[in-house]
Order: sequence, then structure tokens, then C-alpha cells
Amino acid sequence: MLSPGFADPALDAQRCFRAVLEAMSRPGRVQRLAEGVLEPPAPFGLAAAAVLLSLTDADTPVWLDAEAAVAADWLRFHAGCPLVAAPGDAAFVMACGAMPPLDSVNTGTEEAPHESATLLVQVAALDRGVTLRLSGPGIAREHRLRVAGLPPDFGLRWARNGAGFPRGVDLILCAGAALAALPRTVRITEGDG
Amino acid sequence: MPAREATVTPAGPAAPSDDVAARQAWMAVLARAPAAALDGHLAALPPLPAHARLRGPETGLVMVRGRQGGDGAPFNLGEMTVTRCTVRLGDGTLGHAYVAGRDARQAELAALLDAALQRPELHDAVMAAVIAPLAAAQAAGRGSVARKAAATRVAFATMATMRGE
Repeated sequence: MLSPGFADPALDAQRCFRAVLEAMSRPGRVQRLAEGVLEPPAPFGLAAAAVLLSLTDADTPVWLDAEAAVAADWLRFHAGCPLVAAPGDAAFVMACGAMPPLDSVNTGTEEAPHESATLLVQVAALDRGVTLRLSGPGIAREHRLRVAGLPPDFGLRWARNGAGFPRGVDLILCAGAALAALPRTVRITEGDG
Repeated sequence: MPAREATVTPAGPAAPSDDVAARQAWMAVLARAPAAALDGHLAALPPLPAHARLRGPETGLVMVRGRQGGDGAPFNLGEMTVTRCTVRLGDGTLGHAYVAGRDARQAELAALLDAALQRPELHDAVMAAVIAPLAAAQAAGRGSVARKAAATRVAFATMATMRGE
């Protein structure tokens, strides 16, 4: 059964966009969306559903993995975005199950790296699990982010994503109402060090 | 967009094409009926089931496109103001409405009636109480305009005979 989108489409989407902007500017810092702006359809959490509604429209092809495809009708109705069959064709890639390989996603070109896709991954939690030590633009010295639900070889995959700079994908991690972003410029060391 | 969404909620036992045509017909009647007329005809019915708003009512602009020239190339005629609304009944039935103008109440009532008309147990009552009288009134209105226009018709009989030489 279809559920409603944002209660106040313009303002709620702007607030969510602001949260994504903050998350991208301060990599790894967890942003919380206000509860109750949206009744997310399964399997989406509040953050994943709100980010999709805020960022996608008729001009942004979206790819959903098998788990997320349960909510395909909801997304198509509220965002009006085309859903594509291959992750490489999408501007936004939404994964609720296993994270797709980063090189299966559009990483842009050397001339137009901004045309790359943004990868949205819904993880189990952003306040427990493995510790990622982040550094790079937007981080004064080092920032620690704890994530539960990333693949075990995530550090290796992320290093490979950074090696192709300026090409690469930007990652938004969503868990419940919380979201954190890892732009392609961020460097990650795993462990408590 | 409404045609594609119509396939999400197939309704009734009839063949899909008849189904879609029937739904298009009642949606067209609802889209042309002002909110006051909808309210007036609804008063005769028992209250409709409770509904939740999925989208809108919200007002925006749509580009009206036409065809021109011998090959039917599209051109943009202009933008018009449209209000749309989508509601859901308790059992998941969706009702859509796109109406010209800015009347949010008309859009919501039309969407609610569209949903109710897809419910087999409500269909006949709503058809008889709302759609049939509205359709008759709209046809009568069109007929009166057509008669007024026909009264001003000029037959260029003399020119036809002169050209006949």
C-alpha cells in the first residue's frame, strides 16, 4: 500500500537537502533528520527515504537493489524518477542489502567527474560497529565514524575508489534517521589505532 | 502519468481497455465539475470512506502541447494552472485527480470520488448520484453553447453560385 511522502514537500525536502549538504561538507559527521517528517516505506529508514525524495526527480535515473526494489512504486510515485536496470546507468544508486561494487557505478569521466553517481547505502547503524578514521578536506585532523553493516573489505574498496580521483563515487550512509557522507576525497583508515 | 498509474490499481472485472476508458470518462466528468456541484451531489450519498492524502492537493503549471503543420510537429501552446491530488482509501485503492485551476477542494473531492468509483460496492451508487447528473449537465451546457454558435452561422450561398460560373 502506498504511503504518503513528505508532509510539507518543499520545506521538508529543503531541510533534508541541508542535512546532506552538511554531511558532505563535514565527512563522517552524523546528521539526524527530525522524526515524523515522513513515514518511510519498508525497507527504507527515514534517512534513506528522505534523501531519495529530496535528491531524485524526473532527470535522475535511480537504480534500486533487490531489497530496495520493494519500495519502487513509492519512489516512482513521489519522486517521478526513472528506474534503471543497471547500476552503471543511474545517477543515484540505492542499496538496502549488500553494497554494490564501487566500479559497477558510474564514476564520471576525467573531463566531467561531477557526472558520477552518488551511492546511497542503508547500513545497520552509525553509532556502533567498526571504527573508520577519516581524514581529508572538511576534517581538521581526524574524525572517527562508527559504522555497522559495511562489507569487511570496505577499506580496500574505498582506497581503490580514491585512486581514480577525480573520478569516483560519493557515498551517503543512512541508518534510521541518521545519515553521514563519505565524499570521494576522504581517506579512511580502519581500526581504533 | 495518470494512465500509467491506473495500471498499478486494476479495478473491476471488465477487460483492462474498457476499464481504462470508463475511468477516463468519469475522471473527465469530475475534472470539469466545480467543488460546489460535487458537494451538492455528494449530499445525497452516505458518507464516503475515510481517505488519506498521498500527494497534494497542490497547484502547479503544465505545458499544453499541440500539433501543427502537415507532419504534426509538436509545439508549446502555453502553460495552464492545474491542481492535482492523490488520495488512498483504507484498503489501498488510489484515486487521482488533475483539475484545471486552483481549487484544492475540487481536486481532493475528485480524487476521492475516483477512488470510490473503483470500489465495486460503491461504484453504482456514486455513478448514479454524482457522475450521471454531472455528465448530463455538462452535455446540456455544451449543447446550449453549440446551439448559440449555430444560430450565428452564415451560409455563403451567393459566393458559391458566383464561383460556379
